Amino acid sequence: MSRDIILAGIRRHLRRGPLPPDQAAMLSARLAEHPRHIIPKRVQLSRPELVSLFVRNLEKEFGSVARLAELAAVPQAVAEYLAAQNLPNELVIAPHPDLRQIPWASHPLLKLREGRAEPSDLVSLSSAFAGIAETGTLMFPSAPERPTTLNLLVEAAIVLLRTSRLVGPYEDAWDLLRAEGTRYNSSGFMPRNVMLITGPSRSADIEQTLELGAHGPRRLHVLLLEDDPTAKG
Amino acid sequence: MPPSRPRVALFVTCLVDLFRPTVGFAAIRLLEAAGCQVEVPRAQTCCGQPAYNSGDRESARELALGILESFAGYDYVVAPSGSCAGMLKVHLPTLFEQDPNLRPRAEALADRVYELVSFLTDVMELKTVPGRFQGTVTYHDSCSGLRELKIKAQPRALLAQIPGLTLQELAEPELCCGFGGTFCVKYPEISTRMVADKVKDIRETGASLVLAGDLGCLLNIAGRLKREASPVTARHVAEVLAGMDGQVPPIGESRDG
Amino acid sequence: MLVTSPAFKENASHALADAALQKALARARTHFQRRRADAAAGLPEFEDLRARAREIKDHTLAHLDFYLERYAENVERAGGFVHWCRTAEDARAAILEICERAGARTVTKGKSMLTEEIGLNEHLERHGITPVETDLGEYILQLRDEPPSHIIAPAYHLNLDDWEKSFREHHTGLPPERAFHERRDILTEARKVLRERFLAADVGITGANFLIAETGSSVIVTNEGNGDLTQTLPHVHIALASIEKVVPTLEDAFCLLRLLARSATGQDFSVYTTFSTGPRRPGDLDGPEEYHVVLLDNGRSAMLGGEFQPMLRCIRCAACMNHCPVYGAVGGHAYGWVYPGPMGAVLTPSLVGVDQAGHLPNASTFCGRCEAVCPMQIPLPQMMRHWREREFERHLTPATVRTGLGLWAYVARRPTLYRWATRAAAATLGWLGRKRGRFASLPFAGGWTGGRDLPAPEGETFFARYAKTQRQGKA
Repeated sequence: MSRDIILAGIRRHLRRGPLPPDQAAMLSARLAEHPRHIIPKRVQLSRPELVSLFVRNLEKEFGSVARLAELAAVPQAVAEYLAAQNLPNELVIAPHPDLRQIPWASHPLLKLREGRAEPSDLVSLSSAFAGIAETGTLMFPSAPERPTTLNLLVEAAIVLLRTSRLVGPYEDAWDLLRAEGTRYNSSGFMPRNVMLITGPSRSADIEQTLELGAHGPRRLHVLLLEDDPTAKG
Repeated sequence: MPPSRPRVALFVTCLVDLFRPTVGFAAIRLLEAAGCQVEVPRAQTCCGQPAYNSGDRESARELALGILESFAGYDYVVAPSGSCAGMLKVHLPTLFEQDPNLRPRAEALADRVYELVSFLTDVMELKTVPGRFQGTVTYHDSCSGLRELKIKAQPRALLAQIPGLTLQELAEPELCCGFGGTFCVKYPEISTRMVADKVKDIRETGASLVLAGDLGCLLNIAGRLKREASPVTARHVAEVLAGMDGQVPPIGESRDG
Repeated sequence: MLVTSPAFKENASHALADAALQKALARARTHFQRRRADAAAGLPEFEDLRARAREIKDHTLAHLDFYLERYAENVERAGGFVHWCRTAEDARAAILEICERAGARTVTKGKSMLTEEIGLNEHLERHGITPVETDLGEYILQLRDEPPSHIIAPAYHLNLDDWEKSFREHHTGLPPERAFHERRDILTEARKVLRERFLAADVGITGANFLIAETGSSVIVTNEGNGDLTQTLPHVHIALASIEKVVPTLEDAFCLLRLLARSATGQDFSVYTTFSTGPRRPGDLDGPEEYHVVLLDNGRSAMLGGEFQPMLRCIRCAACMNHCPVYGAVGGHAYGWVYPGPMGAVLTPSLVGVDQAGHLPNASTFCGRCEAVCPMQIPLPQMMRHWREREFERHLTPATVRTGLGLWAYVARRPTLYRWATRAAAATLGWLGRKRGRFASLPFAGGWTGGRDLPAPEGETFFARYAKTQRQGKA
């Protein structure tokens, strides 16, 4: 069997047999403990500073941000963004409990559909699992309430992120997923897909000159819901 | 702290011996100005890089054995070349990795080896130099000196001690000149392209003289400058620091100019 | 892919004479160098991360069997399939079989150098399956029937007018007034055409930047989003990865990821960093129904435990080639196979044989810039030197070089003879060159004097003059 031949070849070149049980146990312990390495000092900040760092980094990568005081402000923010970007009043929304609480009645002109994205969809609204201030990155573990296509097929992706879900380094976001992720998956915390998204899609393949909107969204707009009192500047 | 008057063996280098003896005398003058007692071991030839970099470890090792012999017992071994010093300091011990007897000797030698300019500043803490110069120069950092021995600030610090000398930096001082030992004759077209780029950068600084710490780079750069009929001249940095630039025409120039 | 590495010199000669290529190379080189320098300077921990990243990879490689087994177990636990393949042929066969079982007619592809290494596209085409490259750079190369010239920027060698020309030629059925003068137009057109391909594909094939043993995940890093569309939309996702891509944990991966984009494109982080773990889960509204990992050795295991093992730390960021003056002069195609630049000069002889790729480790000045920027601290010049040693041992070094070296070494080992020989040479050359101070040509020195003069020696060797001064001093 190829598997055994490859493994035997590796051991032969490493000049040893299979690992003795004590060594294997040490490696298993390393996997179980998954120790952290060097965390950049730039994320050792107060919560309000973390929010600023996140916004700064996201904007540096051509994302845009609107800060909202309450969930009820979402419809107005969405409508304003669509108007400003000259986008149609139609959006596909992730079937996420957070998004279901949004009082859309105030904006009857917005046409909403819940589900995964279809090729005809131009705008999506989804809910990020976490935001990572270190590089202005959004984390999207796939789940029934967080379809992956919403991040990919549309022209403009609008994302709701709560400041209470904002962390400094990537490792903190993974710790959140390690703690909360098992509800998706009996075999471990990892869902089928985890996307870390930092700004809109782009390519620099033509003469190393950046163009936004290669295959994924041309625009990424974050609605930052300031639900964490300690994160207010 | 170095001994008050350290015994220093000069590793002349084969290119200085053959092409530019003045560099060796400039090195002696600078070392003596810094308070060293300089000796030149007779039995030296070459650091062995041509063999080492061509994959001929055996020849490199045999040459290295001679070097271990000739350069034993000095406080320091100093070479007016980042490339040769790098060979002795960084690479020579690897030739004796499997040899428990010679490895400690190779490592002991490596510990005492320095490139000339960095030795003057870092070990001897030389603050003033005999050289006098009026005009604008530029400086090419040789790759071995820069990356193997971390020589960057040292030549600039000493050149700054010469009143009247202005240093105009290259746009890309860390780019290789294309010499590369045997590379320049094995891949002459690529090498020519690289040195042409380097010379373009040199000419654009407006300096009348380019300095460097390695004769290999300098022969390459001067050769290209002359091929392009450029008025820019080239010298080893030690010639200027030692005030010996009046004794010999620039590299590739005749006495009649 | 045909190996043209033995013709490196001729390839290089053509490249140096190609004005359009030279224009593209000059532009790209300064771009990548500046971006990487800024990104590294922007993270104070960059150097510490390099040292740690190296430790992580060394640790993983020393226990590669263990981590691969754990990785495979976790893929299977998540409902994925692992296909262990020893050779390129095995991998091609495994991928073809999955595609055929899925009844695939077209497959979309994310950018993967490993699929180039195994010649996957040709193989699929031969069996009636159409592969569609979706990375913008790879897409135009597929139109032009050219291999990539760079491992992260495949179209590094092209200028805007090349893009315009290829799009005009291949995107027919467009209104003739349709303009491709602007990058924007080209991108919009490619987006439109490829979107249809994404939706129609039966299988999506990606590479993997990392495999995570802890979770059984494959990781891809892209800016365009093409890799994500490739692995999300079709029914079947195949990730092709070589065995050295595995790292133990997510934390280990993030140490490397903090270095990858900064070293590659000079971004702090790529736009899409995506972890795939098995197929679609119950209740999921999208994602592939089948998830396969084709885990390929193809010569990697034989590099373990030897002098080329550090090369297996490589994370394919391309910083080495972006900073290589030889790559900058001749571009990627001259190297004659999949992997160009310094990393290719080390890896290619390992994978196709040093008899074929012998030029590559020789075509270096050992300037050391590749090692200085390598995020994984791979001693690339030292490993190129190891290849030269292998060539020397196996008598692959050209006979003239061998003879010259032998003669030189014989003399250099005998200081008295050496003194005599150098004194004669310096005197002769010094006398011949006394008028001009240099030579425009010299017998047996055409390599040197083809592009530059040879400065004449002063005329007297150092040792001759030194002996004189010593005698005078004593007198």
